[in-house]
Amino acid sequence: MTVPSVARDSRAERSSAADPDHTQAPPVLAVRGLWKVFGPKADSVVGSTLPRAELKARTGCVAAVRDVSFEVRRGEMFVVMGLSGSGKSTLVRCLTRLIEPTAGEILLDGEDVRRADERRLRELRRHRIAMVFQHFGLLPHRCVLDNVAFGLEIRGVAKPDRYARAREVIGLVGLGGFENSYPDQLSGGMQQRVGLARALAADPDVLLFDEPFSALDPLIRREMQNEVIRLHREVGKTMIFITHDLSEALKLGDRILIMRDGELVQVGTPDQVVGAPADDYVRDFVSDVPRSHVLTLRWIMREPQPGDDLDGPVLGPDVVIRDAVRAVLSAERPVRVVDGERLLGVVTSAEILEVIAGEQR
Amino acid sequence: MTAVSVAAAKAPARRHLLLVVLAAWVLGWVVLRGRDTLALGGAELTPLHTALGEGMDAVDDSRNSNPFFLYFVNYIRLFIDEAVTFVQALISQPSFGRPVPVLGWLGVTGLAAGIALLYGNRRVALLTAAGFLSFGVLGLWQESMDTLALTLTAVALSLAVGIPLGVWAGLSDRFNRLVTPVLDFMQTMPTFVYLAPLTLFFLIGPASATVATMIYAIPPAIRITAHGIRHVSHETLEAGASLGATAAQSLRHVRLPMAKQTIIVGVNQTIMAALSMATIAALIDAPGLGQTVLKALQTLDVGTAFNAGLAIVIMAVVLDRVTSAASRRVEAERRAGRLRSPRGRRLEVAGVLGVAGVLGYLSYTYVWAAEFPAEANLGSYVRRAADAASVWVQDNLAAYTDAVKNLLTNALLNPFEALLTGSPWWLVAAAAVAVALLVGNVRAAVVTAAGLAALVLLGLWQDSMVTLASTLVATVLVMILGVVAGVWMGRSDRADTVLRPVLDAGQTMPAFVYLVPILGLFGPTRFTAIIAAVVFAAPVAIKLVAEGIRGVSATTVEAATSAGASTWQLISKVQLPMARSAVTLAASQGLIYVLSMVVVGGLVGAGALGYDVVAGFSQHQLRGKGLAAGLAIVVLGIVLDRVMRAATQRADAASHGGAHRTSHRN
Repeated sequence: MTVPSVARDSRAERSSAADPDHTQAPPVLAVRGLWKVFGPKADSVVGSTLPRAELKARTGCVAAVRDVSFEVRRGEMFVVMGLSGSGKSTLVRCLTRLIEPTAGEILLDGEDVRRADERRLRELRRHRIAMVFQHFGLLPHRCVLDNVAFGLEIRGVAKPDRYARAREVIGLVGLGGFENSYPDQLSGGMQQRVGLARALAADPDVLLFDEPFSALDPLIRREMQNEVIRLHREVGKTMIFITHDLSEALKLGDRILIMRDGELVQVGTPDQVVGAPADDYVRDFVSDVPRSHVLTLRWIMREPQPGDDLDGPVLGPDVVIRDAVRAVLSAERPVRVVDGERLLGVVTSAEILEVIAGEQR
Repeated sequence: MTAVSVAAAKAPARRHLLLVVLAAWVLGWVVLRGRDTLALGGAELTPLHTALGEGMDAVDDSRNSNPFFLYFVNYIRLFIDEAVTFVQALISQPSFGRPVPVLGWLGVTGLAAGIALLYGNRRVALLTAAGFLSFGVLGLWQESMDTLALTLTAVALSLAVGIPLGVWAGLSDRFNRLVTPVLDFMQTMPTFVYLAPLTLFFLIGPASATVATMIYAIPPAIRITAHGIRHVSHETLEAGASLGATAAQSLRHVRLPMAKQTIIVGVNQTIMAALSMATIAALIDAPGLGQTVLKALQTLDVGTAFNAGLAIVIMAVVLDRVTSAASRRVEAERRAGRLRSPRGRRLEVAGVLGVAGVLGYLSYTYVWAAEFPAEANLGSYVRRAADAASVWVQDNLAAYTDAVKNLLTNALLNPFEALLTGSPWWLVAAAAVAVALLVGNVRAAVVTAAGLAALVLLGLWQDSMVTLASTLVATVLVMILGVVAGVWMGRSDRADTVLRPVLDAGQTMPAFVYLVPILGLFGPTRFTAIIAAVVFAAPVAIKLVAEGIRGVSATTVEAATSAGASTWQLISKVQLPMARSAVTLAASQGLIYVLSMVVVGGLVGAGALGYDVVAGFSQHQLRGKGLAAGLAIVVLGIVLDRVMRAATQRADAASHGGAHRTSHRN
């Protein structure tokens, strides 16, 4: 499992905006105690702690999302990861009430989405939040231009204006020249670019992605992941990205929320998830990830001990191990991990080799 | 009920019990033959029939006094009559003080071909032109145009009602639940049954014919539209909602355009249903080709009937091909994008309509373009040729056809009919209820008991039993054909390519048309009616069985083959058992189709209920009995349908959960 370095580079660039420690701005989206229960008398199930099978047997209900809370910061790429049936797609649909949540709060810039009436909800969907779907959800009877302009059309934008805007985003997603093609004439990857352009056309604050690339073949998937990273950098939207693919989550996410059976298991940065799994489930999950590709020096540095030479080369704490291997191994003296002026610790060949040896098991 | 449930717990025991019931019945028949058979002569009436007749007379008399008629029914009748008359004035009947209709043959042919060209393609346009010309060549221009006028009016009204209702049913689960049983009823009720009661409300003539046609043609319009609206990709709808589309926007921009092709398939089905019913409506004096066929059938004039039947088939083929091409065109345009620019399309439309307009003007102004030239009328040759062929067949094949006829009549039909009609009614009823209980469930048995009681009350017990005997024999034949041809078709792609068009033709051809050659072969007897019913019902059964055989998992077949199963073992031990529910479904559908042909059978010598209904159309004093006979057919249909459904359910459950679990439930 490799994590291409483009992801790392982009994360390094973005980290100052996205890092939890650096920002005090209020979150774009805050979810508190969200529940979605399917079945009869769903309300009465809220708060139940019964395991899934038992709940189904006793009440006939399925709790797809149970008591999930999280916050997404402006400009962040927030990934929700879980296996099929973990409730991640239900969760993302609850955010704009494509599926009506059973209980909980969804605050978009402080406004409770669950309290919005139908008209207000439509306003939110038209202007604030847009979604990209797994199977694209394009209109087969409309050409690319009309598909992309669809969202603007239904909110009443005049034809010349919406076409101008649609052409702009079509260029942005790299589909220039295909304006008059029909979805059937495009490959899967290109169709998903149309879906992406349609979501971008409305210039929303938040973009939701529901497993957008799982229907694509691996090469195209990688290309589209890089495309999303590029767009994230260029347009700076807040993105919430659903996936069942751990490597995709690690590659894209500023932070990752891991779900299992409808419950939140862990929220954290990729290196937190890999370096400090919250429980055995997550540990098992990330066991195949090459730790040197995800963890940073912060995770392996040790306290300087008496006798260490403290005049070796200098690296930052957020440098990924893989990128530090050459520097550390070729240095004669321990490498100092420094944050600004402060010495955090040192790293020697021993620590590096331990991590790499651990991966070879 | 404990004795039964204990017996039912073991499947083989149930089969033995069934044999015991049948044996007891036969024994009872031998001992009690001829007692309590509730026979009723052809012209005899029960008090109920007289009362029904008087009731109908009362309705007739109140036509111009009862507010329900004055303010509601009469308006509908006037409106529909006017609509049909208007279309007739345009294409078929002398009108507006002219000796000829507004558009003559040249204009109608040009317009029809133009429409086919604009909505379909060049090939169907040529087919349309050739088809319309052939109406004239067969010497049936005016009759054909009358049928077309009636069909088109009924189709326009059906779509005007059906598509909005279909959209509603597609959007609302509640309305869908409400409308589905009504549509089921409209479709399973044999068409002839409601013809007579309709004339009570809308009088004999175009209005009744149109309403009858609409009753038959609306269900596919509603169903297929609802299906199209309902099955729009969920994710695309979600995408619309996530962009903030209102319900109206999502209907207009997402659901309707995406369901367009399906809706056109619905239009196709509606047109085909309307055409077949518009010919049948000849029984209540609807003008057109149906009249010609009907009169020819009554005088056993095979040539004339064949000639008119040919025209009906041609019309069916033309209408079917044009609408199918239109539906394919929608799909092709969707796939390939717009092939032509809007401007090119506009030019094309203007050009085609211009030519059609010129042809229309010619046919409006000149006699030669208005009345089909008499010297081109080759109808008499067709008639004579058909007559000659029929005579030749009767002379030369009579030995074979008679052999088949006698074998089936003596070996199957007569004994069965004797058993049903010769036993006391209570013995038949007891046996039937027991059978319903054994093959179906308690509910089926209750429905059977109630239905048989209704037959006794309607005073038509014996006629019902005669009809039942023919119906069941026909169904057995349908199922033999269905299983043999269905298995063949399901197993061989080549057989499928050969048989499917034949079956499609059999299903789209209006029912009347079958009768002509069959009548030529077998003469007017019960047997003719049975064969006609088999021809009508077999395509459905064959297709369903073939579908079931094809549905058997390829892996399972492969596994059996690799285990060394012979072809016969493969069919009998793997494919048929696994397609069991499809076979039962084929049987129940086949039965309903057979039953809907009962009245047609009455026209060609089947007697019994079918004859009672037909006699009710033509003889005033028998109309009460005709109505009762219609009800009896419906009752038979409901009983048979329920029993078959219960049996299907049992088969389904058995093939999924094993026989043991399910039989405990009963």
